[in-house]
Amino acid sequence: MAKTLFQKVWEAHAVRQLSNGQTQLFIGTHLIHEVTSPQAFGMLRDLGLKVAYPHRTFATVDHIVPTDQVTEPYADPLAQSMMDELRKNCREFGITFFDRSTGKQGIVHIVGPEQGITQPGTTIACGDSHTSTHGAFGAIGFGIGTTQIRDLLATQTMAMGPLKVRRIQVDGKLLPGVYAKDVILHIIRTLGVNGGTGYAYEYAGEVFDRFTMEERMTVCNMSIEGGARVGYVNPDETTFKYLQGRPYAPKGAAWDEAVARWKSYASDAGATYDDVVKIRGEDIPPTVTWGINPGQGISIDENVPAVETAPAAEKASIAEALEYMKLPAGQPIKGTKIDVAFMGSCTNGRLSDFVEVAKFLKGRKVAPGVKAIAVPGSQGVAVLCQELGLDKVFAEAGFEWRGAGCSMCLAMNPDKLVGDQLCASSSNRNFKGRQGSPTGRTILMSPLMVAAAAVTGRVADAREVFELRKSAAT
Amino acid sequence: MALAKITEVRGRAVHVPGDDIDTDRIIPARFMKCITFDGLGEYLFFDVRKHADGSPKAHPLNEPQHAGATILVSGANFGCGSSREHAPQAIYRYGFRGVIAESFAEIFFGNCTTLGIPCFSVSRADREALAAALAADPKLEVVMDVAKVEVRYGSKVIKATLRDSAQKGLVAGQWDPIGELLDGAPAVAKVGKSLAYVAG
Repeated sequence: MAKTLFQKVWEAHAVRQLSNGQTQLFIGTHLIHEVTSPQAFGMLRDLGLKVAYPHRTFATVDHIVPTDQVTEPYADPLAQSMMDELRKNCREFGITFFDRSTGKQGIVHIVGPEQGITQPGTTIACGDSHTSTHGAFGAIGFGIGTTQIRDLLATQTMAMGPLKVRRIQVDGKLLPGVYAKDVILHIIRTLGVNGGTGYAYEYAGEVFDRFTMEERMTVCNMSIEGGARVGYVNPDETTFKYLQGRPYAPKGAAWDEAVARWKSYASDAGATYDDVVKIRGEDIPPTVTWGINPGQGISIDENVPAVETAPAAEKASIAEALEYMKLPAGQPIKGTKIDVAFMGSCTNGRLSDFVEVAKFLKGRKVAPGVKAIAVPGSQGVAVLCQELGLDKVFAEAGFEWRGAGCSMCLAMNPDKLVGDQLCASSSNRNFKGRQGSPTGRTILMSPLMVAAAAVTGRVADAREVFELRKSAAT
Repeated sequence: MALAKITEVRGRAVHVPGDDIDTDRIIPARFMKCITFDGLGEYLFFDVRKHADGSPKAHPLNEPQHAGATILVSGANFGCGSSREHAPQAIYRYGFRGVIAESFAEIFFGNCTTLGIPCFSVSRADREALAAALAADPKLEVVMDVAKVEVRYGSKVIKATLRDSAQKGLVAGQWDPIGELLDGAPAVAKVGKSLAYVAG
């Protein structure tokens, strides 16, 4: 019988059925960070348990690390205590820790792929909802809670029910100035922030076939913002090429065996799906959010919605969002003054994001009064950027070039909005208070749109600011 | 591991209106700078409940008539966003033992169930009727019957939905799966050996 990748991976990792009907599922790769794991280790100690498969858990530190301070102790004693706790837990239980001193530290969803730990046909879990990112490799990545981290540490398994699979097929071409970020913002806008509840999203079609691994990661990353716990792309030559030679990728004869095995996990041609959605690449505009969840998005050319003209069921949520965002109802979003530009995060903090922006940023200056920060997603990304001189391009334009971490995506480190500042952000969430100020405001967009906002001081169309319409479609 | 059989949650309820209430709103990220879950209850809904100086804002949880409520009522897609278990931990430590909403985000639902917090989904009309009843009488006793998967208050009986596996686990006192997962060790080892990337 023809099967989807999700079904094949699930079956290969299913241990047995539990008494409540769920499946005991083997999770081959467990990633941990400093925020959601310390309590899990505490629970493990309380129960007198050990880590069952220490060689299958990998740790890094990302959420709380300052991006402008390398030396410890950190100014924030709470941040330092979380750092210390993670070090202690990894040492005591024999877990590999990509600490800052290793040169391999970074956002957990950037480090896993970069090290070649993320591989096709595997199950991956992390106490972080953006674990869906790893699906770009044809892995099944689950975001989990802390009690489940305990379960994984103790048994390398967790209790899960199966998901339905929705194939989202994007064919055709993306227009100039339209990026992977726009694709996922458009998908979430179209299907809703809870449209994916109960589903794994399988992304496919000509646009995904052409996408690089980093573009696939950007899309899979935000699956959870559409309610889908899991998002994936079937593995292909692009996937294998990315993985070959990375530190944890198989070598020699084991490489050939692995590639053959990985290919076998891809969805079969005749597989049946619980749902299929088709989108034309040409129909996707540069998309920005105007509200307080990632589904409240519009094309850069559209107007902010107004309560009066909204469908009855949406009036209350539109009114709440408009009140918080202080944007003019019914008016264009283009031209809205911004205070901060943030370039980074597990969504758009990879090498290609910085390369693309640097191409257009060269010779431009951040507008007066705008605070702009560029935060590479990992130490590895930072080094590659420096080798290409990108750090200088950003710095010369007026961006602060920082060290690796989650930074202002969720502002658990010192990078925070102040008061009701408006931030043009390449991150993934525009929730109330998300960027560190209870009244701070976020507009999500692609990295190049962030650059366009930074240099004009306003929400702007990157195609106009950087004269993109002339370049060829990608 | 012996766990309580959770067959019902009974008590007063409070309605926190709104759809898509995310876990950043339930507990802002800055309160996750901790290495235990102790004391998280006081930060529940912090930024919508309190001003920067700690003084209260207008919020249902700040109204004295709702003090001591054990059931939280809200809108669609409750608990979306971050997977932080700090959110259900804060809800539990504040004193809530059950949540009734139009629908729940996937990860949040699982995190709640593992802590023994039943999450019932009800229709919009039923939620609005319950909210109106609570506004009229904040002392109203509400029952979440986990065995029958229904909500009762006054003379009303509302049909709710609860995922089968969650219902079974709560009622049987097996909502935390760790005991059963540990029991599976021999079968787990077998699967581990069958996976090339795990066996090495």
